[in-house]
Formats: sequence, C-alpha cells, structure tokens
Amino acid sequence: MIVVDDGIIRVARLVADEPARASDRGGVGGVLRRLCTAAERTLSASGVGVSVVGQEGMRGVAAVSEQAYGPIEELQFTLGEGPCLDAFTTRQPVLVPCLANGAMTRWPGYAPALHDLGMRAVFAFPLQVGAARLGALDVFRVEPGPLTDGEFRDALTFADMAVTTLLDGQERAAPGTMADGLDEVTGQRAELFQAQGMVAVQLGISLADALARLRAHAYAEDSALGEVARDVVARRLSFDSGQL
Amino acid sequence: MTAVGTESGEGRLSAVSTVSAERLATLFVEAADTLVDEFDVVEFLQMLTRRVAGLFETGEVGLMLADHRHRLTFMAASDESARLMELFQLQYGDGPCLDAFHTGRPVINVNLAAATDKWPGFAPRAALAGFESVHAFPLRLRKEVIGAMGVFGSATELDASDILVVQSLADVAVIGLLQERAIRRGEVLSGQLQGALNSRVVIEQAKGIVAQANGVTPDEAFALIRDFARRNNRRLSEVAGNIVADLPVLPDLADR
Repeated sequence: MIVVDDGIIRVARLVADEPARASDRGGVGGVLRRLCTAAERTLSASGVGVSVVGQEGMRGVAAVSEQAYGPIEELQFTLGEGPCLDAFTTRQPVLVPCLANGAMTRWPGYAPALHDLGMRAVFAFPLQVGAARLGALDVFRVEPGPLTDGEFRDALTFADMAVTTLLDGQERAAPGTMADGLDEVTGQRAELFQAQGMVAVQLGISLADALARLRAHAYAEDSALGEVARDVVARRLSFDSGQL
Repeated sequence: MTAVGTESGEGRLSAVSTVSAERLATLFVEAADTLVDEFDVVEFLQMLTRRVAGLFETGEVGLMLADHRHRLTFMAASDESARLMELFQLQYGDGPCLDAFHTGRPVINVNLAAATDKWPGFAPRAALAGFESVHAFPLRLRKEVIGAMGVFGSATELDASDILVVQSLADVAVIGLLQERAIRRGEVLSGQLQGALNSRVVIEQAKGIVAQANGVTPDEAFALIRDFARRNNRRLSEVAGNIVADLPVLPDLADR
C-alpha cells in the first residue's frame, strides 16, 4: 500500500540535466544555481532564488536562476522584510499571487520595489526540517496568478532538494546525489526526527548539523537513512562514543 | 467490507446520531473556529480527535496528514492507544487510515478479527491492543485527500447517519485547518498544511532531545513534555519549540 512518489526523483533529474555554466561556483553554489534554473522553468517563473539564513542572523543569497535576480533577492535582507524572511520566520510557505494592496501593506518597502521591477507575484518556501531552518526558496513571476496545485507541490519538492543539497554540502564532497533513494524514509518518519534530536544532544550540535551527520553516516555505510535513525532511537548506534 | 448499520439494539454500544443536536452544533463550531489569534494547529487537531472520540461510548481517534509527496505523518490522537494505532499503520504500511487516504472513501465497520488478510501488519496488533472494530475517514479538500482520521473501538457499529456526521465534521475541520475562507479571498496566503506538518516534526525533534538528555525512550520523553505543558498550562507546540530553541542547553522538565 505504500505509494512511492516519484516527485523527488523527477525534480532531481531536472536539476541533474540542467547544464552547468562557466559562471557557476563550485560545490553547493553551482548545484543550487542549476536547481534555481530548473525550478524557474518548471514553475513558469521569471526568476528563482535561494537564500540562506544562518544562526546569529547571518544571511545571504546562495544562488539565483539569473543574475538579475541577485539584487532582487538581496533587497529583502537590505530592507529587513519580504516573503522570504516571513516564510523563514513563520515556517510556512508565503504565497502572494497578486502583488497588490495586501502585500504593499505587509511589506511597505519591499513590495513596491518588487512591483517597480515588474514583478507581479512572489512565492516563498522555507528550507527547513522541523526546527532545523536553513533559509528560503523564492519564486518570482512577472504575471499575477496563483501556482497550480502541481506547481505548488513541485515548488515544495524543489525546496526539499535545496535542503538536502545544503545539508550534504556540509558533509559530502559531491552533493546532488539525493536521487539515489538514500533520503527516502518509508514508514515512520517520526523516528528520523527523534534521532535528529538525539544526535544533536549527543554531539552538542544544531538540529541541521545533526541531520547532516545522519545523512552522511547513511551514505558512508550505504544504509538507508530510516535504518540509521531506527538504530539511533533504539540506542544501537550512538554518535558520541567515538566510533565515527 | 462496509456493512453499514447491520446491527442494532444490544450489540450497539454507541451511536453518534443519538448525540444531542446542541452538542453536535457546538462541535461543528469548534471544528470551524480556527481564525483566532492564538491558533495552534497541533492543539486544534488534538481537540478534534478528543471531541470525535467523545461521540463514541468506547472509541479512540487518531489523525494523520500527508505532505506534498503523499507521505503520511502522524499528527494527533485522543489517547496513547490511538497514537499507537496510527504509528502501527505507518510502520507496517497497511490499515484503515491508509485505505481511506488512498481511496478517498470512508472505511466503515471493519471487524478486526476478520481483517488479518486485509491488513496483515495492523489488524493483529490492533486486536492485541484490545480493539474490535475500526473505521477511517478521509480528510478531503475539494478533490484532494490530505489525510485520514481513524476511529478505533469496541464492537461499535456506525450507521449511515453516524458516518455522515463524522465525515462532515472531518470536512469542516479541514476547511478550518487550511483556512479556505482566506484562500477564496485570494489574500496573501500561507501554507497552513505545510506549517502543520512542520510543527509536528518539531515535536518529534523535541522528543529526541529530551530522550537523549534524560536517558529515556522517545515515548517517555513525550510524556514528560506533555505533562510539563499541562502543569504549566502551555501549548505542546510552544514547549517543544522552546526545547529545540534552547539547544545545546539541556532541557529541564522537572517540576517547578
């Protein structure tokens, strides 16, 4: 009865098939740029950006689909407001299908600036796993109108992939290999999140780092992430005993 | 497998449709009352499961929601036994809620003793836990199914009007949950469902943190968190949020 959803595989393939550019940065930055461009095309957007918000307010633009969108993404940080920051803060997608009155009131600096640049709709998706928050993915459009249900799902899947790319970038030399099924946890995913909390305490690290460590361990041991999580919860595996 | 209203009289322990109109009306208002300032989705779903369970003389209720990749996640339950029933279904990949989710139709009056072929993972474990019959209702928004609500009970039989009441309640709760009124007005929207799923993830992470810090199981950790929230009259999500925010300081949930 388990329905295997091929959304993540399809999205991973779109990103993998996206040609590299000479201007791409190496490592995570390059993968994220290709992700943004693939998302831009899939979501009928005019631009897509990924911003990273770290601890102690460290933040910045990680990648954009087209260079012109760098300043547009950056402007939210300069002004300290915008859908991206709200998605991050509220831990929910923020959907603005029509950049009109409501949005102007909510973001009095950013919304008019965006409008002046020709943007008419913006959608922001948090990059997160529970309390582990990494940033947001922003989708810009020059035409007003909502995302279709399918586009909304795809956008969330692109956000998922941006999360794994950022996490793996901390631990793995070759990110972007999440289509190998390693991150597919079937059954009870609750155990993965519990294991995340346990490893965070074991190593005295953040929840995001703990998830990165769990994924790196699964990758190195060639085992399923769900199995690793189960072993941690059952206390068959501990990350603080020097065995890793 | 849907034997609707086959039994009546003594074999029937409870009937939702015997609940007074006033009580039902109150229930529906509660299920729709989500546009409040301090709306907390996990609390809301817990309230819903407890209220639905209250409709049955003997029945516990659990609820799961699906994410954008159709992966079901446990969200709330009226008690610990119902939570386990939901987790069994996720663990073993079969059960009434999964069927209701995949088909979009209610699963009604299934006798667990005769359901081992249908649900080899779930049925024997649910029977072992003392349940005799199960029902499940899809949580629907327009054409989309976003989750399912399971009712686990004794020999409770539901008739057609019972089914209508519980399914309607589930439908109203979904509309409330996703704030469809706001959706229709085309305002700046937020992804309520994604927020809901994520707040459940935070609770699981908090369980792991407390489990590791106190040398207990995640289930015991949950009891600690829940009791702390009750003692201090705070929301579960809020307490979990504080626990994860306070990392790497080890959480202290002792009496105070």
